Amino acid sequence: MQIGLIHFLALAAVLFSIGMYGALTRRNAIAVLMSIELMFNAVNINFVAFAKFIEPVAITGQVFAVFVIAIAAAEATVGLAIVLLIYRNFKEIFVDRINLMKW
Amino acid sequence: MLSETASLVFWVIAFVTIISAIMVVTVRNIFHAALFLVLCLFAVAGIFIIADAEFLAAVQVLVYAGGVAVLMIFAVMLTARMAQSGIKQENEQRPLGALVAFCFLLMIVGSILKTMVVKGGFPLADYPYVTGSSPHMLGKLLLTDFVLPFELVSVLLLVALIGAVVLAKKDGE
Repeated sequence: MQIGLIHFLALAAVLFSIGMYGALTRRNAIAVLMSIELMFNAVNINFVAFAKFIEPVAITGQVFAVFVIAIAAAEATVGLAIVLLIYRNFKEIFVDRINLMKW
Repeated sequence: MLSETASLVFWVIAFVTIISAIMVVTVRNIFHAALFLVLCLFAVAGIFIIADAEFLAAVQVLVYAGGVAVLMIFAVMLTARMAQSGIKQENEQRPLGALVAFCFLLMIVGSILKTMVVKGGFPLADYPYVTGSSPHMLGKLLLTDFVLPFELVSVLLLVALIGAVVLAKKDGE
């Protein structure tokens, strides 16, 4: 079977849903960040696929993917710094036990 | 459409991507999850190569597999006590989370199918696809049309760098 745009989109949809499941169900804050990285990657697959199949001459989609990668790197850095800080203060990285500010 | 060989490679890489992504969110040992994340990121780089984005594939390997994943593994090791096998790694919302994620998947697939059926397909470019050599084109675009977001992202990266250092240092140093 020939591969077209729809296959890339379906793959990205599945990957995004898996990431969403992970972000909703994981207790470990680092695992939640990993799931968010999966979702970023799904979005990047969409951007690259659209760049290939719809605008192959002006590769704007790839430019967007570059920005997504850069911002994902910044997000991971700050997110992990926050996780380590929480671990140092609470001796805990399970998101359901960090409920100091929860009503 | 891609060539027969590329199609076959796509199926293999897509399979690896999805299996390793499922392992990332389900495996109990958090360190193994980080290693499966590396595998998944490499597979996504392969998808980029199939989609004619060679430069992005290289960036993916360097930044994600080389940077972000190593950062994740460092964080896992620094919080090693939390990765012990006896501790439950998933919260009680598991069925609900699975349901929400599945409904979201149905929603996206539904909207893709609706675009195919009702709107008569995506506005595809004419065959054959001529993608320019991607680093050359990307460099040109980043320094002409997208120069403002490009500079903003560089400022954002600087802020994230300083922010991470400030957050991670001990009080009073």
